[in-house]
Amino acid sequence: MRATVWGCRGSLAAPGPATVRYGGNTSCIEVRLEDGTLLVLDAGTGIRPLGAGTFADGPIHLLLTHFHLDHLEGLGFFAPFWRSDTELHIWGPPSPLHSLEERIARYLSPPLFPIELSDSPASLTFHDVPEQPWELGSARLTAAHVSHPGPTLGYRIEERGQVLAYLPDHEPALGMELSSLSPDWLSGYPVAESASVLFHDAQFTEDEYDDRVGWGHSSVEHAVTFARLAGVEQLILFHHDPMRSDRELERLGDRARELWTASGGRAPSPRLAYDGLSFALRDQSVAGDETMLLPI
Amino acid sequence: MEGRRPKNLVLILAREFASKLATAAFVCDEGGRLVYFNEPAEHIIGHTFAEAGELPLEEWSAQFGPRDSSGAPLELRDRPVGVALLERRPAHSVFRITGLNGRERDIAVTAFPLFAHTDELVGVVALFWEQPEA
Repeated sequence: MRATVWGCRGSLAAPGPATVRYGGNTSCIEVRLEDGTLLVLDAGTGIRPLGAGTFADGPIHLLLTHFHLDHLEGLGFFAPFWRSDTELHIWGPPSPLHSLEERIARYLSPPLFPIELSDSPASLTFHDVPEQPWELGSARLTAAHVSHPGPTLGYRIEERGQVLAYLPDHEPALGMELSSLSPDWLSGYPVAESASVLFHDAQFTEDEYDDRVGWGHSSVEHAVTFARLAGVEQLILFHHDPMRSDRELERLGDRARELWTASGGRAPSPRLAYDGLSFALRDQSVAGDETMLLPI
Repeated sequence: MEGRRPKNLVLILAREFASKLATAAFVCDEGGRLVYFNEPAEHIIGHTFAEAGELPLEEWSAQFGPRDSSGAPLELRDRPVGVALLERRPAHSVFRITGLNGRERDIAVTAFPLFAHTDELVGVVALFWEQPEA
């Protein structure tokens, strides 16, 4: 599979000269499977530039982690959403009260949006994620509820022995000492276990987190500790705080690498997500035991 | 994963809730397995959770020997945790137990079921209070 980051900012889009290096678009990752199937992780503002590209025929599977606006606000600006030849499957967390379509329509309707969700000419199909793993194209997917305010999912995508895990909004350390938890009590562990690559929330510095407990996000220390507990090969720090400049983000990345090394982590060390980061997760039978991470 | 399946997020959060309470609390999974009790419960149960560990329903039921005021054993269905597990509704009652340290205590128990989805029971939380000695 090949993954491309189109948005990695958290909470609010943050364009401007201070965020040019890492980008200002909110959460969106494109995942192209080996058989050509297109998965899109979240519909933050990053989905707009993704939609401006050329799409081959075939369904698009949009996997929503939750409905906070930074993960949904781009949907109405996704060009294929307004084409009648688009087959768009939208997956999201189930609710006992309202359908997925009803919950998305709360945003895509007046007064918050000028046009109704039902006005989209695309063929839209809404799916509550199943409790058990399921297949999409050539991949096996798993979704699990994780610690974040409101129903929120993490996704695990497995294809040919490679695993991409996506936990953009996650506070596994809520009221807990992460390092003391056994894996069965660790929110998000089934999603991230032994992943080749983990995109994980690292919105806060350690000092900031102390004043933001319960906001649903991780400090850089939590992200590193979680990734180490889960046996992740490559941690990619995601959901950057909208107030964080490029220079400040680089210091956060340095801190992550320091923590990773201090905890016995081996290469590759953690890195910061940025808009445009693209890499292939190679078939192990082709790449031997080397997991290739190839930024463009 | 060390042989144990991952806990449902609701159970994880219930444990976190219980761990912060000053009231004694049990957390059981959907099969009645005791997966956590907090520090205030240690006083009543007579052991720390680290010592007791997770216990299957049959085991902790047998060890606590729940019984009514006349000493007659209480079946699972007659106890709040059993009602929450079997009938999926909250329940409250007062009965006697023997702690893991062998000490008898009268306790009041309130138990309620945890649903992750409408029909998905993932466990039970039981809060309990030691009754003053008569």
